Parts: sequence; structure tokens; C-alpha cells
Amino acid sequence: MTAEAADLEVAKINKFRDPRIRAIFYQILVIVLIVGFVAYVGHNTAVNLEKRGIASGFNFLSQPAGFGIGIVLLMDFDSQTSTHLDVLLIGIINTLAVSISGIFLATIIGFIFGVLRLSKNWVVNKIAAVYIEVIRNIPLLVQLMFWYFAVLSVLPLVGDSMSIGNNFFVNNRGVNFPAMIPSTGFWLIPVALLVAIVASVLVRNWAHKRQDLTGQIFPVFWVCLGLIIVLPVIASLIMGNPFTMSYPEFGRFSITGGWSLEPEFLALLLGLSIYTGAFIAEIVRSGINAVSHGQTEAAHSLGIRPGLTTRLVILPQALRVIVPPLTSQYLNLTKNSSLATAIGYADITALFAGTSLNQTGQAIECIMITMLFYLSISLLISMFMNWYNKRIALVER
Amino acid sequence: MSEAAMTQTDIDVAIQLIGMHKWYGEFHVLKDINLTVERGEKIVVCGPSGSGKSTMIRCINRLEEHQQGQIIVDGIELTNDVKKIDEIRREVGMVFQHFNLFPHLTVLENCTLAPIWVRKTPKAEAEATAMKFLERVKIPEQAMKYPGQLSGGQQQRVAIARSLCMNPRIMLFDEPTSALDPEMISEVLDTMISLAEEGMTMICVTHEMGFAKTVADRVLFMDAGEIIEQAPPQEFFENPQSERTQLFLSQILHNG
Ligand SMILES: Nc1ncnc2c1ncn2[C@@H]1O[C@H](COP(=O)(O)OP(=O)(O)OP(=O)(O)O)[C@@H](O)[C@H]1O
Ligand SMILES: [Mg+2]
Repeated sequence: MTAEAADLEVAKINKFRDPRIRAIFYQILVIVLIVGFVAYVGHNTAVNLEKRGIASGFNFLSQPAGFGIGIVLLMDFDSQTSTHLDVLLIGIINTLAVSISGIFLATIIGFIFGVLRLSKNWVVNKIAAVYIEVIRNIPLLVQLMFWYFAVLSVLPLVGDSMSIGNNFFVNNRGVNFPAMIPSTGFWLIPVALLVAIVASVLVRNWAHKRQDLTGQIFPVFWVCLGLIIVLPVIASLIMGNPFTMSYPEFGRFSITGGWSLEPEFLALLLGLSIYTGAFIAEIVRSGINAVSHGQTEAAHSLGIRPGLTTRLVILPQALRVIVPPLTSQYLNLTKNSSLATAIGYADITALFAGTSLNQTGQAIECIMITMLFYLSISLLISMFMNWYNKRIALVER
Repeated sequence: MSEAAMTQTDIDVAIQLIGMHKWYGEFHVLKDINLTVERGEKIVVCGPSGSGKSTMIRCINRLEEHQQGQIIVDGIELTNDVKKIDEIRREVGMVFQHFNLFPHLTVLENCTLAPIWVRKTPKAEAEATAMKFLERVKIPEQAMKYPGQLSGGQQQRVAIARSLCMNPRIMLFDEPTSALDPEMISEVLDTMISLAEEGMTMICVTHEMGFAKTVADRVLFMDAGEIIEQAPPQEFFENPQSERTQLFLSQILHNG
């Protein structure tokens, strides 16, 4: 070997020892492997489907579904004419309904119990501790079954409904309560609500500016709350109460009128939010604990009252610890809502990846669409929470 | 700073502790503490670890509650009355061993938070005051940084400025230099000395005996929850009366 060749050889080896070049090499390798694998699986599937004579594609979405659905919100559904696309939409709406209300409820439960867990009051503290420990250590599926079969299903029959006041009934078909049905002129009420929200933002900005200039502190929260309640009420009075109330009434076999929440929805909502709430409580507790007691002492020594200390000093710091794990709890709740199948709630998994799939046999398409849906929702939640987290993040060295 | 206010008042006693006791559960931390601090007086408190020095000065602004006896600050007696506690905390500044700056706020915001929310000062005015004090502690150029971006000595000087922004008449220091690297101690002590020279009433828990000799009017020695001895620094260091004081002094002078 000549000296030159040996040099070249050394240079080659040295190049591969450069971590950057190695990194590029391995990345290319991984991409090639993944693309190859996907192509292989895709080809295989297509060939097999063709052999068995299963047509692929999304045409089935426009075919009539031909089955009934228990819970339909915001849409009309007819078992004869409605299509599988309608089924998909109903599934999506039902999943979103239970997930959004679940996230809302779980957050409230979690923050309340997280703070109670830190209480110096022994009884309160222990109650919170027991709730958190018991709930976190029982599988969610079992808890859902508990709420559905052991609590809501053994409530009295419709005929012997428990009543709270005259218009609120609880029975084994769910909960019935009065409904507010819009009539002409109702539009002013949502408009008033919107105006109140915009006004609240303006009031907040104005109050900030005024405090900067004069030092006076304005009760922003109470004024905005007042606006949001009072403006819609005024709008309603102006239009002469533009809605009719529909009260639940006993028919022969069922309660008619009013609105109702089905036991499937209630069980899923309760199960999800109580379960996730316990995890959130733990997150909130550790977030507040992560702020050192010295922070409270420093604020107090400056004459800042306890309430303001929490708002100005503790919470902003606790939130940056709380938000990332809170995000994953929100994602968990949304994904766990697919356990709806177990208690017969008509969510996207039960309806579309269940009934529609069985009827049409379009397994790949149904599963793909369902997965894509959960993926998009999860990404949306993550994006929002990441944006929020960046806003409150801390500048370190 | 508050000199005008000082000459106006008739009270020339800043702090009075009368027969004060404190327990942590069964543990008797402070036993019959009697102490009178005059306006403008500088007191240095020393004593072995666990003797109750921190606890005593933390009782003065109610970070700890005493169970027996009286604490009178600026003519106001400390009771469970929230209003009185607020009033006293506004007049008494405190500097902690571990600075306790608010890490989510800039240096300037650290200094303006309490003036804005407690004294209801307009923002521009609060910021001007804050800059004035940041200049006094010689770090106006750090105003827009976050505490995490500063050195320990700088952080402690910000903490002092933050307290001064509330225009306190009394300052409490709890071992302000013991968490600092040696080369940063003097910058903080210099700030404290200049504060003392302006006539601030000060109680400092510290083992910096050089500081005690330069600024203290009186040095207090505590052990096992009691004030064992108090004397002007010269007398205290040259002619300590009790055996425990002698032992303590020989120990810290050896190590220091
Ligand atoms: N929150 C508390 N609960 C129970 N005991 C406490 C508490 N805080 C302090 N103590 C005890 O009270 C005694 C006095 O504590 P303190 O912090 O006042 O001592 P110190 O003189 O400041 O000591 P050091 O020089 O180490 O700071 C110590 O024995 C300590 O263990
Ligand atoms: Mg101490």
C-alpha cells in the first residue's frame, strides 16, 4: 500500500468517527428502513384484500347506516337515511362532548382536592388523601363499570323517580331537568354574552393601565363576572324573555319534555373526571409544594397579604410545574374516553370503529379514521398547552 | 430615607420585646426574651446554631407567632389582628439567608411588586424608586434581568433593594452573607454598612464579627433560647462575661 492510499484510508475512518457525519448516516438508514417497511406492509395488504375481494376506499361513508344510535347531540339521525359519515360525525361529537366536559370537571375536582390535600386541617387533609389514593389505584374500566352498573343502573325506575324540587328527576334512565327552548328574539342573548366578554377584556386592560398610572386597584374579577351575568339578563328582559321553558313531565312510561342526560354519558363523565381528577390533584399538590416556603415568607415580609401572595407569587411559579403533566392528563382523559364501549356510550370508537366497521367490513378505513381523529385532537390539546406553557415559562440563567 | 418621618415621631423606641416566650409544640425555643431597640440602633445577634436567633427576629414581623409576652413594633403591639400585622410588616423589611427573590419576575418587578400592590404606588413612580435603590446597591444595569441570571452577591443586594423600596423604618437581616461565596460577602456587607450609616434601625443575625465591630451599637449573644449577654461590641469581644460567650467567641474566632 502506498503512503497516499494509507492516508486516504485514515481520512475515511476519521470521517466516520465524526459524530455529525455518523448522525446523518444513521438518520438516512432509519428513514430507508421505515419507508421500506411501510411499502412492504402496504403492498401486502393491498394484495391480500384484492385476493379476498374486499373493496377498499371510502365509498362506504355515503351509504346509509341502517342502525339506531342511543345518544345524538346537535344533529338529526334517522336509521333509514343517515349515512356512515353521519355516524362518524355523531361519534366525534359524542367523544368531544364527554372529553371537553370531562376535562373541565376533572380540572375543577383536581385543583380543589390538590389544595385540600395541603390543608392543615387534619380531617380535610385525610379526606383528600383517601380520595386520591383510592381512586388512583383502581383501574378506570372497573370504575366506569361501578358508576354504570352499581350506581346509575340501580337508581329507581322512571315511575318512582327521585325528585329534587318539582322539575328535576333522577332515575335509572338518567337525569331529567328543565330545558330552555329559544324563540324569536333569542339571538340578542348570545350577542349580549359576547359583548360582555369583549367588555370584560377591555375593562381588564383599562384597569391595568389605570393601576399603572394611579396605583388604584380595580376589582376586575367581580366587575367582569357582573357584566357576564347582568348583560344577558338585560338582553332577555328587553326581548321579553325570548324563550319557552320546557319542564320534564311524567308520561305513561317515560318522562317527556325538558332535557335529559343519559346514564351512559353520566357514568362515563363521572368515571373519567373523578379518575383523572385524582391524578390532577396530585399534580397540583406537588406543583404548589415545589414553590419553596421562602417565597411565601418573602412576600409576607413585604406586607403582601396571603390571597395576593398566592395570586402574584405562588400560582405563577406552581403553574409552570403543573402545566406539562396536566397536559398529559388531558390527553389521557380524551383517549380514555374510548372505554365508552364498555358501558355502551356512543362515542367514535363504539360507533364508528365498532358498529360501522362490523356492518361494512371496512376495518382498515374505519380504524385509520378513528386513529387519525384521536391523533388530531391530542395534537391540538398539546399545541394549546405548549403555547400556554411557553407563556408562563421561567427565564433561567 | 425615612429620616423626616423619624424626627416627627415621639416614639424613640423602635422594637420592644417584653417577657416573650415561644414553643414549637413541646419544645421551648425562646425563653423570656426582653429586648428594647431604640430608633437608629444597630443590633448584631450571634450564638450557636439552633439557639433561636432566626426564630426571635422572625417573631418581630410575625413570620412566627409567639405564645406569651409582648412584642411592640413602632408603638404597635403584635396580636392576631391582621390589620396590625399588615401595618408592622410594611414598616419592617427583612433579608433572608437564601435571598428568596421571586424567580418569575425581573429584578425591577421584584422591587416594584409590593409598592404597587401594597402601597398602591403608580407604576412609573414605583419603578423610579426601585431604580434609585438598585443604584444604591450598585446594580442598576441588572434591572431587566431575572434573579436566576445574577450571582449570589448580586441577588442578595437585589433582595436588600426590594425591602428598601417599601421604605421600611426597621430592617431585619437573617444571616445575609452565610450562603455567599467569600468574594461576594464584602459587597453585601458594604451595602449594609452604608445603610447603617444612614441611620436605619437594624437587627442583624450574623457571624461576621468585623461587621459587628464596625457598625453594631450592641452585640447580643443567644444560647438555648435565651439572651445570655448583651454589650457594646468592644466590651463584648474584649471582656465577655459568661463562660458560654467566651467559649463561643473562641470557637468562631478560631474558625473565622
Ligand atoms: N418550624 C419548626 N418546628 C419545630 N422546630 C423548629 C422549627 N423551626 C426551628 N425549630 C427549632 O428551633 C430551634 C431554633 O431554631 P432557629 O432557626 O431559630 O435557630 P438559629 O439560632 O437561627 O440557628 P442557625 O444559626 O442554624 O440558623 C432549633 O432547635 C430548631 O430545630
Ligand atoms: Mg437561623
